[in-house]
Amino acid sequence: MLRFITSRTLQSLLALFVVITATFFMIRFVPGGPFTAEKAVTPEILANLEAHYGLNKPLWQQYLDYLGSLARGDLGPSFKYPNRTVNEIIADKLPVSAELGALALAFALALGITLGTCAAVYRNTWIDYTASAFGMIGISVPTFVIGPLLVLLCAIHLGWFNASGWYVPADRVLPALVLGFAYAAPISRLTRGGMLEVLHQDFIRTARAKGVSEFRIVTHHALRGGLLPVVSYLGPAVAGILTGSFVIETIFTIPGIGREFVNSAFNRDYTLVLGTVILYAVLIMALNLVVDIVQAWMNPKVRLEG
Amino acid sequence: MIWRVGNGTEPQDLDPQTVSGVPEHKLIMALFEGLVAENPRDLSPEPGVAERWEVSADGLVYTFHLRADALWSDGTPITASTFLRSYQRMLTPALAAEYSYLLHCVRGARDYNEGRLTDFSQVGFRAVDDRTLQITLQARTPYFLKLLASHYSWYPVPIHVIEKFHGLARKGTAWTRAGNLVGNGAFVLKEWRQQQILTVARNPHYWDRACVRLDEIHFYPVENQDTEERMFRTGQLDITYELPLAKIDVYRRENPAALRTEPYLGVYFYRFNLKRPPLSDRRVRRALALAVDRESLVQNVTRGGQAPAYSVSYPGTAGYSPRARLSGTVEDARRLLAEAGFPAGRGFPRLELLYNTSQNHRIIAEAIQQMWRRHLGIDISLRNEEWKVYLDSQDAMNFDLQRGGWIADYLDPHVFLEIWASSNLNNDTGFAHPDYDRLLAQALAAPDDATRYERYQQLDALLVEELPVLPLFYYTNVRAVSPRVRGYHHTLLDNHPPKYVWLE
Amino acid sequence: MNLPGAAAPAAPAEAEAGSSLWHDAWLRLRKNRLAVFGLWSLALVTLACVAGPWFSPYGYEEQQLDLGASGPGLRHWLGTDTLGRDLLVRLLTGGRVSLAVGLAATFVALTIGVVYGAVAGFVGGKRDAFLMRVVDIMYSLPFAIFVILLMVMSEEIAKRFNFGPSWRLVLLFVAIGAVEWLTMARIVRSQVMAVKKMEFIEAARSLGYGRRRIIFRHILPNILGPVIVYTTLTIPAVMLLEAFLSFLGLGVQPPMSSWGVLIKDGAEKMEEFPWLLIFPAGIFSLTLFSLNFLGDGLRDALDVRSSKD
Repeated sequence: MLRFITSRTLQSLLALFVVITATFFMIRFVPGGPFTAEKAVTPEILANLEAHYGLNKPLWQQYLDYLGSLARGDLGPSFKYPNRTVNEIIADKLPVSAELGALALAFALALGITLGTCAAVYRNTWIDYTASAFGMIGISVPTFVIGPLLVLLCAIHLGWFNASGWYVPADRVLPALVLGFAYAAPISRLTRGGMLEVLHQDFIRTARAKGVSEFRIVTHHALRGGLLPVVSYLGPAVAGILTGSFVIETIFTIPGIGREFVNSAFNRDYTLVLGTVILYAVLIMALNLVVDIVQAWMNPKVRLEG
Repeated sequence: MIWRVGNGTEPQDLDPQTVSGVPEHKLIMALFEGLVAENPRDLSPEPGVAERWEVSADGLVYTFHLRADALWSDGTPITASTFLRSYQRMLTPALAAEYSYLLHCVRGARDYNEGRLTDFSQVGFRAVDDRTLQITLQARTPYFLKLLASHYSWYPVPIHVIEKFHGLARKGTAWTRAGNLVGNGAFVLKEWRQQQILTVARNPHYWDRACVRLDEIHFYPVENQDTEERMFRTGQLDITYELPLAKIDVYRRENPAALRTEPYLGVYFYRFNLKRPPLSDRRVRRALALAVDRESLVQNVTRGGQAPAYSVSYPGTAGYSPRARLSGTVEDARRLLAEAGFPAGRGFPRLELLYNTSQNHRIIAEAIQQMWRRHLGIDISLRNEEWKVYLDSQDAMNFDLQRGGWIADYLDPHVFLEIWASSNLNNDTGFAHPDYDRLLAQALAAPDDATRYERYQQLDALLVEELPVLPLFYYTNVRAVSPRVRGYHHTLLDNHPPKYVWLE
Repeated sequence: MNLPGAAAPAAPAEAEAGSSLWHDAWLRLRKNRLAVFGLWSLALVTLACVAGPWFSPYGYEEQQLDLGASGPGLRHWLGTDTLGRDLLVRLLTGGRVSLAVGLAATFVALTIGVVYGAVAGFVGGKRDAFLMRVVDIMYSLPFAIFVILLMVMSEEIAKRFNFGPSWRLVLLFVAIGAVEWLTMARIVRSQVMAVKKMEFIEAARSLGYGRRRIIFRHILPNILGPVIVYTTLTIPAVMLLEAFLSFLGLGVQPPMSSWGVLIKDGAEKMEEFPWLLIFPAGIFSLTLFSLNFLGDGLRDALDVRSSKD
């Protein structure tokens, strides 16, 4: 087991190195630099600017410098926001995205499991179809349509919430709903499949024969087994919610890391692009590692493949 | 009394010497003040840190007399040497201030900024005594006071604080954070939560504090126009940064009191690449320019009250209106195109029009593309590039036609004409006309504004004749402003000194 | 529309001709109302997009500036946009682009994924372990992020290689396809592993057939089911990704427009000109619904387990 974890961690580190290197050189290959501006500055001022940020050194030297400071945990200064370091920006924005993601996931799970369970219990009836169709809305209508529609309805016409922002607790509701909705459909599908399998097993029949109410059978006996497929989906879901939050963050002006990433790519804020990419890669790799370890622990055969 | 303002993107920083950008400008106007301030109605220079000033007869030496009660928000007095050291910092090569070229009109400033001169005492700034500052210019700069009043690169910075944070030659030290930042404007920084809110409160040490009526201003960075408009509608904002195109008609109909469409000192144009045939042919450029129906464009496409542009200079800039006017009919355009060898557009190469990725630029380009197809029988393809890539292409002149725009930094006709000089970095058309460069130099040397403006008339005539650019329309600012907001007057530069604003 | 019940009597005739696996699957699929609905609406939408623009009196670029945005009516069935362009014809031509992006990118993913997965599954052992480790590593890359970087970079790529105006569309296929092949490779590999152990492969091997013949003649046909299902589900995912890129201004470029671009434009004006959002979002969602229903139906019909991914 220890060997498995060590080898996986080493592989992840190698992958991380590839990601950093690829991103570093990719972003430099993109035309336009951090100081390209509409009102052109003189070549002398541009040279001063580049010297100020060490961009006048050869690229390989900058790359080594970057790796060096990265090893010390320093992601460098932001070009766009000179009085913030990338570390600070991430420390500032990540908790917001994490909170949004956690709420969205909670909503997705609640909705998905409810829909999936209903669909399984009432298999091939109109309830099943309605639940499937409802779940499908989430993966068939883009969030940038659902988002503004909900704002229009709940914020402007009904006046329940603020139109946007991240100031009071109520501001969390709409963005979390919209972001979570997209993940409810796969969860409901997995729940339905898992539940159907469990509901056909003997112990459920026994329980039924004993006269246990259907509601109790589902909540007390079937749900635990039926949710196993959902657990393995949590890894990809969390990764997707994390990297997919930028659209929601833009629509609702939420100060999260996703929006920061997209803006940094447009601003050519080299260090911030790298910092956010590294952050995402580390998060996703860590998630995969945890999922792998859990799976290996549950199923010893996987270990042989590692 | 709290004024809640939609302020576009998150500000980069609050250091007046290292930022560039409109959202930053609006914040700095609240936090700092220059030697000369702007009148809230017509932006004419009025006393700021300097209570009065004199100009020498040759227009080269400006002497400013600072007021005795000019203080930083921590109570430290502002003296002539504060300005001296501020300008020294601005020009320090290692600080790499993007706007340092705006100080280059001062004698020796450019040399110091570019490292050819290391002794700052040789630069044209002099502290005669604690309360007298003398600035000597390189050459006559008729618009110098306007520049001083309108551009924050001329504002003083709290050297005594910056020193503590080792920021004299470094950008982005912590001196601009809430709690550290010291300013001399009507307001002081109270709170700054990135991408959330930036709060400023009344400055108790401000010399004209009796005039200030607002207690606080809350600036909200909201990038998305639609989001911002919804925030205005739900009462989260008193004023928006801009207004989405589609909302203009709705406001006209349903909420006219809140809609403000105001002329803005800027021109929207298409650059021609004069180095590429057939655009090197003046007749072709003229044909393309004449075949655009500007009236239809502003009425049906841009729809924000813009005025069609038939010249490059903005009419009515500080008393100057160009007499030269692009005129001719669509028939003239067809004839010119035929003369250039493309009767009815036959044989005309497929040129490309470059614009930066944006819905508004796209629909304008699509409309003009159609006009050229209909009137001239030529097909132009559209190419959009993401902002930085587009700027890169502009700089490298990697385009046939390019959407461009020019917004004035200060209120003087010079701003629209200087960029077409052959040596100007923003020219980017390949337009190099010896007469043009000569006339521009003559204009600056002119003894009075009447003579100077006469030279500008000749320059504008030359531009309409040669057409290195195709002027389309003059900008407007369109935004929603709550009727409660008072003291917020229309100005051509869209500068609104916040110390005069109040709410009813 | 053909109701599933009405079609039932035709089944016995087909049963004699068809092989049992596919035929049974077809029968099961036909019983699934949602899947049948998906199949029909998909066919309709595709037909309309391909053929529709030919019958329209308007061109998709044709403007009537003085008309501007007008609601649905007799002359313009679905109304016009702010430049006075007919929405119906824009919707149909936009559909061509969206469907093309969906199909082409999925095809890219399909090709890479199937070949890669089949090879890995077939060679087995250490080489398989290595190939799959590569997939694992690529899985851990933040790919949404890379697609964004790639699309931002696309201008430079175009300049360097002197591509024409439609190259961006091609890049879009490749970028999206390159992201989506991973899951396909995993699915195919595990199927191949399972099939490989079956008796008829042993038989083929003992008869001395070459590897290539075994892979393409014996193994591939047996893994078709999961591949079809996954393909059907990849198309909507790809179309959604294209819409997101359009939201960021990184999608398909004018004069072409895709459903993603139309929806983005419409979402900005939904209060003033609701039809500009309703119709594009409606047809886009309908198509995605249909594909998802069809994919789900196929999954049930072909009895494919999804637990592997």
